[in-house]
Amino acid sequence: MSAPSGPLGVLAARLPGRADTPAARVVPPTGFTAQLTVFTAAAMSFLAVFAIAMALAAGQLADRWQAALSQSATIRVSAPADQIEAQTAAVLRVLETTPGVGAARRLDDNEMRGLLAPWFGTDLPVEALPLPRLIEVTETGAGFDAEGLRLRLAAEAPGAVLDDHARWRRPLVAAAERLRAVSLVALVLIALVLAAMVTLAAQAALAANGQVIRVLRLVGAEDRFISAAFVRRFTARALAGSLAGTLAGLGAVALMPRAAADVGLLAGLGLSGSAWLWPLVVPAAAAALAYAATRVAAARTLRRTP
Amino acid sequence: MIGFSSAGFGYAGARPLLTGLDLALPAGSFHFLTGPSGAGKTTFLKLCYGELVATEGGVTLFGTDVRQMDRDGIAAARRRIGVVHQDCQFLDHLTLTENVTLPLTVAGRPVPERDLADLMAWVGLTDHADARPPELSGGERQRAALARAVITAPDLILADEPTGNVDWEMAVRLLELLVDLNRMGKAVLIATHDLNLIRASKSQVSARLLRIRDRQVQAAGAEL
Repeated sequence: MSAPSGPLGVLAARLPGRADTPAARVVPPTGFTAQLTVFTAAAMSFLAVFAIAMALAAGQLADRWQAALSQSATIRVSAPADQIEAQTAAVLRVLETTPGVGAARRLDDNEMRGLLAPWFGTDLPVEALPLPRLIEVTETGAGFDAEGLRLRLAAEAPGAVLDDHARWRRPLVAAAERLRAVSLVALVLIALVLAAMVTLAAQAALAANGQVIRVLRLVGAEDRFISAAFVRRFTARALAGSLAGTLAGLGAVALMPRAAADVGLLAGLGLSGSAWLWPLVVPAAAAALAYAATRVAAARTLRRTP
Repeated sequence: MIGFSSAGFGYAGARPLLTGLDLALPAGSFHFLTGPSGAGKTTFLKLCYGELVATEGGVTLFGTDVRQMDRDGIAAARRRIGVVHQDCQFLDHLTLTENVTLPLTVAGRPVPERDLADLMAWVGLTDHADARPPELSGGERQRAALARAVITAPDLILADEPTGNVDWEMAVRLLELLVDLNRMGKAVLIATHDLNLIRASKSQVSARLLRIRDRQVQAAGAEL
């Protein structure tokens, strides 16, 4: 049975009993580049775990805001004191016959007082102030036609203004989506930096082992044998470093303080449920990157060796 | 096995180092290549194992023009050629046994323990199997290089100044080993400027003598 090729083969070669084969030992140990590769893979994987957590959290936040805010609307009725009750009743009648409206409820004085309390305190005489009436509208799944509703309200209750929250919902959702995009860009940059660092380390090791490569070619080694010796080593280092960095990153994410759901942005920044599985992709990706980067570096160096 | 047809070699922008080479190294032959330092002996050997490619004419390795061979083809040809360098070219982080068996390792072939023991005994290095190359004397290193060159049972042995760093007694011992290989049917080409070594071989083997003169390889037997 032939040995597996690619990163799996590399991993297999590092298993006990396989790592110390003569083929694996033809490249001498190189302390500095080994440490550099392990450290870089660990650091980049640590950052990658946070970038993944940030991307997932931003995505969840955008979805949550989108879902929560798109299911509700507010109608504000502002009219002279002798008309406000009539217009409020007219608005409620319109809403009863509007497709997509699940429920409509007028906020009572206590609720109005609660809304204004942060600015005016709890002793505000709401009933004595000429405040507009607020009607909370809950949509059904399909939602209502906001423009059509506005036209009907204009006809039945001229003092009614529909606020479907779109005006301030859009920038929040856009911000969350941009945060997710930035996190994904950060992930790509982390991958590129890891690939660049492994390439540099591999090229340094290849340059330092020029004589070894010449001797191997002299005794009849094919390029794939020489390349595999370096690829095996750097892939194993990247995998080891990335495993350590990923575990440290997961630990750090797990230790992050959990905020209450009502504090908005901070809610859900950690990982939850199946989201914990995503960072496990990081070591495999780091090993694959190291495998590819070292192969490219080795091929470039070997082309220059007779 | 190795054929030169109007072959020559020169580095870009410089006068050709070798030119008009027309000769063949047939199976089972024994050649000495001599000439002053810098005449091109090492360059000639490199043309023989494909490290250099002729810039004029053609060189064939085992019937195939080197220019038609890809890198894997060159590697395959080198596995049929054992090369002994003056500086041996070992991997110092490996043991002597690992260095000697390196051609088998890179070919993915198993190491026959009994043959290896016989080989190490033949070159007199049984007691140094686990030593690192820097721990060996010049003569021991040369014998180890010879063992590495022959472990794959190659068709041709190329030796570049193999006695350059050893005393006369060891030089004669190495010559005897190479003559042994020739008697086993291997073709041998020894590049050396040591005319005493060539003379010492006369009683052991019928060798063709080649000399590099005026950038060409000439038959030189009568002059020695």
